[in-house]
Amino acid sequence: MDADLSVSAASAAPESEVARKRRVHGMLKQYYGINDEGKVAAEEPESRDPCDINGPHFDPELYLNKLRKECSLTELMDQESLMVKQIRSLDSDMQTLVYENYNKFISATDTIRKMKNDFKKMEDEMDCLSANMAAITEFSARISGTLQDQHAQITKLSGVHTLLRKLQFLFELPARLNKCLELQAYAQAVSSHRRARSVLQQYSHMPSFRGIQDDCHAIMEQLAQRLRQKFRDGGSSAKDLSECVELLLQLDEPAEELCDKFLSHAQSRLEADLQGLEAELREAGPASGPTALLDPSGKPSAAPVAGSPADSVSPMTNPFLSPTSRMDILEFIDRGCNEFVSNLCLVIASYQELFINRPQEGDLASKNIPQMASGKLHSFVDSLATRYFSLVERRIQEEKGVGDNSLLVRALDRFHRRLQAISKLLPGSAVPSQGTEIVVQAARERIRQYLSALQSFYLDSLTDVRQALAAPRLSVGGSAVPASGTLLGSSSGGKDAAPSLPELLSSLSASILNQIKSVLASVHLFTAKDITFSNKPYFKGEFCSQGVREGLVVSFIKFVCQSSRHFCESAGDRGGSTPPALLLLLSRLCLDYETSTISYILTLTDEQFLVQHHVPVTPVTALCSEAREAAQKLLNHYVKVQGLIISQMLRKSVETRDWVNTIEPRNVRAVMKRVVEDTTSIDVQVGLLYEEGVRKAHSSDSSKRTFSVYSSSRQQARYAPSYTPSAPMDTNLLSNIHKLFSERIDIFSPVEFNKVSVLTGIIKISLKTFLECVRLRTFGRYGLQQIQVDCHYLQMYLWRFVSDENLVHFLLDEIVGSAAHRCLDPAPMEQSVIEVICERG
Amino acid sequence: MEDDAPVIYGLEFQARALTAQTAETDAIRFLVGTQSLKFDNQIHIIDFDDENNIINKSVLLHQVGEIWHMSASPADKSVLTTCYNTTSDSRVATSAAVWRMPKEFESGTHESPDDSSNNPQALELLCHLDNAAQGNMACVLWEPMGDGKRLVSLADNHVALWDLEASSTKATVSSSATLEGKGQLKFTSGKWSPHHNCTQLATANDTAIRGWDLRSMSQNFCQQRGLSANPSQPRRAAQDPSRCLWGEKKNSTRLLFFPRVWSVRYNHSHDQLVLTGSSDSRVILSNMVSISSEPFGHLADEDDLSDGEDNHQEEKSKEPLQDSIIATYEEHEDSVYAVEWSCADPWLFASLSYDGRLVINRVPRALKYRILL
Repeated sequence: MDADLSVSAASAAPESEVARKRRVHGMLKQYYGINDEGKVAAEEPESRDPCDINGPHFDPELYLNKLRKECSLTELMDQESLMVKQIRSLDSDMQTLVYENYNKFISATDTIRKMKNDFKKMEDEMDCLSANMAAITEFSARISGTLQDQHAQITKLSGVHTLLRKLQFLFELPARLNKCLELQAYAQAVSSHRRARSVLQQYSHMPSFRGIQDDCHAIMEQLAQRLRQKFRDGGSSAKDLSECVELLLQLDEPAEELCDKFLSHAQSRLEADLQGLEAELREAGPASGPTALLDPSGKPSAAPVAGSPADSVSPMTNPFLSPTSRMDILEFIDRGCNEFVSNLCLVIASYQELFINRPQEGDLASKNIPQMASGKLHSFVDSLATRYFSLVERRIQEEKGVGDNSLLVRALDRFHRRLQAISKLLPGSAVPSQGTEIVVQAARERIRQYLSALQSFYLDSLTDVRQALAAPRLSVGGSAVPASGTLLGSSSGGKDAAPSLPELLSSLSASILNQIKSVLASVHLFTAKDITFSNKPYFKGEFCSQGVREGLVVSFIKFVCQSSRHFCESAGDRGGSTPPALLLLLSRLCLDYETSTISYILTLTDEQFLVQHHVPVTPVTALCSEAREAAQKLLNHYVKVQGLIISQMLRKSVETRDWVNTIEPRNVRAVMKRVVEDTTSIDVQVGLLYEEGVRKAHSSDSSKRTFSVYSSSRQQARYAPSYTPSAPMDTNLLSNIHKLFSERIDIFSPVEFNKVSVLTGIIKISLKTFLECVRLRTFGRYGLQQIQVDCHYLQMYLWRFVSDENLVHFLLDEIVGSAAHRCLDPAPMEQSVIEVICERG
Repeated sequence: MEDDAPVIYGLEFQARALTAQTAETDAIRFLVGTQSLKFDNQIHIIDFDDENNIINKSVLLHQVGEIWHMSASPADKSVLTTCYNTTSDSRVATSAAVWRMPKEFESGTHESPDDSSNNPQALELLCHLDNAAQGNMACVLWEPMGDGKRLVSLADNHVALWDLEASSTKATVSSSATLEGKGQLKFTSGKWSPHHNCTQLATANDTAIRGWDLRSMSQNFCQQRGLSANPSQPRRAAQDPSRCLWGEKKNSTRLLFFPRVWSVRYNHSHDQLVLTGSSDSRVILSNMVSISSEPFGHLADEDDLSDGEDNHQEEKSKEPLQDSIIATYEEHEDSVYAVEWSCADPWLFASLSYDGRLVINRVPRALKYRILL
């Protein structure tokens, strides 16, 4: 039954079997009071419970009593059956355990018995082995003893063998060298000879060796001769050459001579490169005239390939190429870099390897070769680099077009970058710094070119503006004439032409600004991050502040101001060649520059170039004040020119008339109407560009009433004494007293930047001229009356343009006064009649 | 170092004509002619006593008309010419005449102001320069440094060279020329060059300057001035046409600073000193080194002026930067129509404004010493 149970349990589930076993173990352990550590866990609280059936202190009596007391019958029944079941399972468990233990014990006994047998066999085999080992040791000792003397003999024999082989090498050397010579395996020959040389030297007292040595010498001499020949021929590449030099050096050739030869040979080859470049330049020279006009980006792609070999031979052979074979500068520099600079680097590198950096061997070291060699190298490199630089400079100078700056910058960058290789090879050389100098020079030149380009652009756009101004002016002239007297007509005639003024101004300033920006962008390429020379101190500091800011931007602004001033000054020689509208426009432009544009441009520049000002630079305020000064000058000049135009009309009108014998005035003279019209159109023109400005407060309806008061009372009073011949002093006295009370008028006082001030200036000039002309004439009665009428008419219309109408009053007053004074028969016209005539006009 | 205050003299009438008494080299004497349509015009002889800053005046009557231009003979102190307006039956014509001052005036010793002002004496007419055919006389010029025998008159568009007889009582036209051109051209001013044996004459009409060769009476150069719109017809005066021209060119820019210049005079001895009178009632003394025949600060040598033409080229190369306004005189209250250097004292000048105010001023002492030393 036990086996049956265990089998069934094992077959059912091995895991549960194990688990069950563990549980059984645990229960047993618990029963015997052994916990996992194998100690008796006596004092566990629950085990003290006498009712715990598994506890050690179980009291059956108590338990039974308890059950009986607590449980019902059915529960007791259940409890009883449960207990029976448990007891049964415990019994079976115990049986199983006992059985297992027994089995294990039996198998252990079997194993121990088997081991005992095996060990005995092993002990016998070990004994046998140790006996064998002893025998081997004995034999070996015996053999080495016998072989001792033979070994020494063999060593000696092998020594003799090597010696013989060396001797054979020596004897064969001449033949071998000859063969090498035939095969041109010079390196092998030299190395062979070197190996033999010291030996031959040592044993040269023996005749046989001496013969060999002599032979060798002769052969080597021949070889050296050939090497020199090869060296001189110079057809070979740099690598061959350096090999050649190395061999010669090993043959104890004098190093200095070799250096010279090497360098002169290298020079001839580099010179060929340079000549190629020069031929390129020369060829480009005559062709530069027509091609300079071409877009530099349209580069001839095939030309360099086809042209370069032919160029170096003779530029005359292919005349067809000359117009198209002009390389752009990038290609030129590229060619220079690839041919000259890389060859130069190669030469430097091989030279240094040969003469400077070689491990110093006994006899060579004493001659101080590296110093001598590097001195030679430096002067060599310097002289060649100078020539190269002069070529590059010439080429750069030919780069005149300002169209595409990136090409130049890239070329310069490449140029500069390749020179860095030289600086790495030759740390102390001045070549890279010279190269940087060239780059700097080119950058400076570039800035100059940009400045002149900007200037010519400015002048061109001024010419455009001038043309634009000239075109509509003609149409105005046509339209303004028929507008007879009505202010509306003339002002609308002015408007046809005038609206283009603000547009012209804005387009002019915008195009200039754009041009400046694009130039700045082009120049900015010089300082781009990926350009190697941009981190040179010049490009960080001076280029930005002195070059771009001062040399380009500030100079340009100054140029603008200066050329504006030039317009004012040169007008004297060239007459009214500058249209007044242009003066006005430029004045506004300069004013705009003063208020905003200059600071904007400079801020833009400073931001783009991160200018750090080590040296004092032109401050914005200085430029602004210069611009303001120019604006002021232009405006003053505008006032003068316009004033003089009107003055001229007035003057002609006064001078060409016979004032003594004129008829009684019926009309306002046409000239006065024309003056008013012109003034109105000037008013419109100025109003387009300048603000209104402030006037002095004047009485509400000042146009008529004031004038009537003035002409009836004051004027009458003024020349009343003239025709009552009392004392001659009175006239002067009166006019002087009058002058005492009126302010002195400064005719050419500076004009302010507003419309009213401008017109005031123009009117002042015109009226003053009128006055002066009147004083030169003699008037009859009706002449005076005509002047009266004209002045009244002017008064009616001109007051509205000026800042202080009293000014107009005063000047007109003076004119009428002077006319009266110069009148043979001063009888003034009735004020009412004057008014009627003027109204009618 | 304070400068002497200007001396001011007032005339009763309006006046435009002013001249220095050319033949007088000892006393500082100016002649002023008045303009009045209604009263008898006068010629005021102004003697300036340099040491005491006192003015002595004498008045002569000039009854024929108002005086527009006046010039004094370089040879005879008492002889002068005037251009004057006459009005007859509502026709105004300008003519010219040669006059002689009464004996007692010519030397300037006549000092009885009460006497003369109360009872002014009249000028003695020597001869008329009869020019009815030629039009209105603009100005009459004496041959500089000559013997007072030759005159040039400018009338409308005619130039005429006159020969005076020994007694100056008869004048005959020896040659004449006409200015031809578009429109109605009129001479406004002229000046006789003292160089080249006095064969050169410079004239101004409107804004053009012309040079004439008096031997052939032909025009030998013409410079259309750029500032054609300037109505003020600056009255040019120069010792020498080329210098005049040159000065003109240079001045065209400066003219903007001298608005409406009516009269320009070079100092006779130091030709970098230029005096201008203008209608803004200012007199401006400027230092035009650029047109000077001698470097600034160099001792003036009057004889050097003879080779002014040759210096001319060198002058161009000189820096005109030192051109500057030395002083502005604002004593006038009306337009200044005439300025004149004194013949006796090269550092003294007079200016005349329309209201009849004559002001005598001096070159600032500091500048004077800088030029001399």
